[in-house]
Amino acid sequence: MPIDQSLVGRAFPPTAPYPVTEGKLREFAAATGGEYAGGPAPATFPIVMAFEAMNAFLESEQVDLFRIVHGEQRFAYERPIQPGDELTATLTVDTLRQIGGADLIGTRSEITDADGALVCTTRATLVHKGADA
Amino acid sequence: MNPGDELETRTFSITRGDLVRYAGASGDFNPIHWSERVATSVGLPGVIAHGMLTLALTASAIDGWVGGPGRVVELACKFTKPVVVPDDDTGVDLVVAGTVSSVEDGLATIALTVTCGDQKVLGAPKAVVRG
Repeated sequence: MPIDQSLVGRAFPPTAPYPVTEGKLREFAAATGGEYAGGPAPATFPIVMAFEAMNAFLESEQVDLFRIVHGEQRFAYERPIQPGDELTATLTVDTLRQIGGADLIGTRSEITDADGALVCTTRATLVHKGADA
Repeated sequence: MNPGDELETRTFSITRGDLVRYAGASGDFNPIHWSERVATSVGLPGVIAHGMLTLALTASAIDGWVGGPGRVVELACKFTKPVVVPDDDTGVDLVVAGTVSSVEDGLATIALTVTCGDQKVLGAPKAVVRG
């Protein structure tokens, strides 16, 4: 079943504040070909919050995660992420297209800090293949 | 960094164990990245690497080129070919190459080529870094 067009423009509730710790950055760096030596987070780290926001969005729309393939990803930084940051992701559906039985869902997650200041904007295109596609 | 600079190519191996590790570190437990049964049921050739693992390894190569994390201002790609990871001990190799395409106002744009075997797996991968 195609995804409802009325989703476009809708913002979903922000994720719970995520405390960025050195231990988490060490784990993430080690899982992604690096070694954490203190300081800023690896560039793709905000996917942790953005993915949580995406999961909440998929659950609310009753979309199965296993039918999703990642089509495109962008990160635009306002400043580096540091240990001690508390980050929240707010997901908005920007675009929705149907191509060959698949939904192309364009999402934007704004990652903000404890003061509400924008840290990073992540954009993802999600390719959803429906059960009958 | 100067326009035309070719950056040192980095190679990363990806095994099924690496996919499990990335799943835990990122929170992305999509079963297409660990279950052959689920992956093939949605038309994939087998268990595939997280696109975001491929991009994170690319970012790790960039961090090596620019002297550590925190300098990436923009990072973008399309996931054009799935990276199929076999259930064996060697996995697959991901090769990340980069060339500085422009430098302006202290920001360098790096054009990337990310391949697995003889296939490019990322479309138009690009990074902008602070020099």
